[in-house]
Amino acid sequence: MDLEMNLNAPHSMGTTIIGVTYNGGVVLGADSRTSTGMYVANRASDKITQLTDNVYVCRSGSAADSQIVSDYVRYFLHQHTIQLGQSATSKVAANLIRLLSYNNKTMLETGLIVGGWDKYEGGKIYAIPLGGTLIEQPFAIGGSGSSYLYGFFDQAWKEGMTKDEAEQLVVKAVSLAIARDGASGGVVRTVIINSEGVARNFYPGDKLQLWHEELEPQNSLLDLLNSS
Amino acid sequence: MPAPCLLTGSYGSTLRYKSVERMKPIGKHSLLGASGEISDFQEILKYLDELILYDNMWDDGNSLGPKEVHNYLTRVMYNRRNKFNPLWNSLVLGGVKKGEKYLGTVSMIGVNFEDNHVATGFGNHLARPILRQEWHENLSFEDGVKLLEKCMRVLLYRDRSAINKLQIAKITEEGMTISQPYSLKTYW
Repeated sequence: MDLEMNLNAPHSMGTTIIGVTYNGGVVLGADSRTSTGMYVANRASDKITQLTDNVYVCRSGSAADSQIVSDYVRYFLHQHTIQLGQSATSKVAANLIRLLSYNNKTMLETGLIVGGWDKYEGGKIYAIPLGGTLIEQPFAIGGSGSSYLYGFFDQAWKEGMTKDEAEQLVVKAVSLAIARDGASGGVVRTVIINSEGVARNFYPGDKLQLWHEELEPQNSLLDLLNSS
Repeated sequence: MPAPCLLTGSYGSTLRYKSVERMKPIGKHSLLGASGEISDFQEILKYLDELILYDNMWDDGNSLGPKEVHNYLTRVMYNRRNKFNPLWNSLVLGGVKKGEKYLGTVSMIGVNFEDNHVATGFGNHLARPILRQEWHENLSFEDGVKLLEKCMRVLLYRDRSAINKLQIAKITEEGMTISQPYSLKTYW
């Protein structure tokens, strides 16, 4: 039996990350668990990181690798914005991430989903998985928890959703993945980006729907005993 | 000269991306199709983009044809293989220039050749035997498409990494058209 928890294992974000376009912008979603081997190092992490005012990225895989890549890209985009004289587009942000991911593919272990809104193309989602492929999609899922969501999205995704429909879909999906993936957990965070700006939301466990074999949380057994 | 390609990007045994375009026009005369690692294919397209741009900047009336592009790709793939850092793709390069048809292939280790019919991956085992029997010099476009669809259907039945979504491209002296993605009927 393994009694030795490897507390010095590199921090990895097992993770569930999602990016979805809707009629007018994008919704990004993620869980909040960061693990070191079997121990949960951070149960309330924020995996949706800002790159510019209008472009955010969902991080998965190695915590260190995803943080350093997003830090570099934020730095490059800042310079690019100054030179360009206006906001960077989500396409540029995604391509910068791709360059770092592809050119350092032997050393990095991080899958990223870039989502943003710009005046030229509106809301866009770009997936950049492990090898450094760049693929633009109407929605993208990533992280270890995403394995449990392929079937769900095949059935539940539709083109032209409203902002609220899209956010509900993302919250439901992350919540389903958390239910089945040990490496995902905690709360569901979402970021909505559109022409009006950016809105962050937070859904703790008690605000989420219960799934199969999950029970209504109680304060104590004593309450149950007393009520019967 | 028709050429087909599936729209799939796999991740191990998961059919992860079902709308990846793995066939792209190169310059005025050629078409490149690839199997294998999509990120490396995207990098190859960037190299070819630079090559074609450089060629166009000469503005001398000349343009790189399929034979030249195929040779360039062979050199790139073989050199990477020698450095033990291959581009993990199998490439098919087809085109028509000055009335001459050309069809060639390059593997990730730099093996290259031309033939009347080429394929990547499972296509080599399942499609080429069919083509060896049924291809002939005077195939019309319609017969070519039917023959390719016959091959693609077999691959759909028998290749685990296949999905029912493909595109067929037609290249002639006049130009190139890539069809919209479509699905084949299957018979069980």
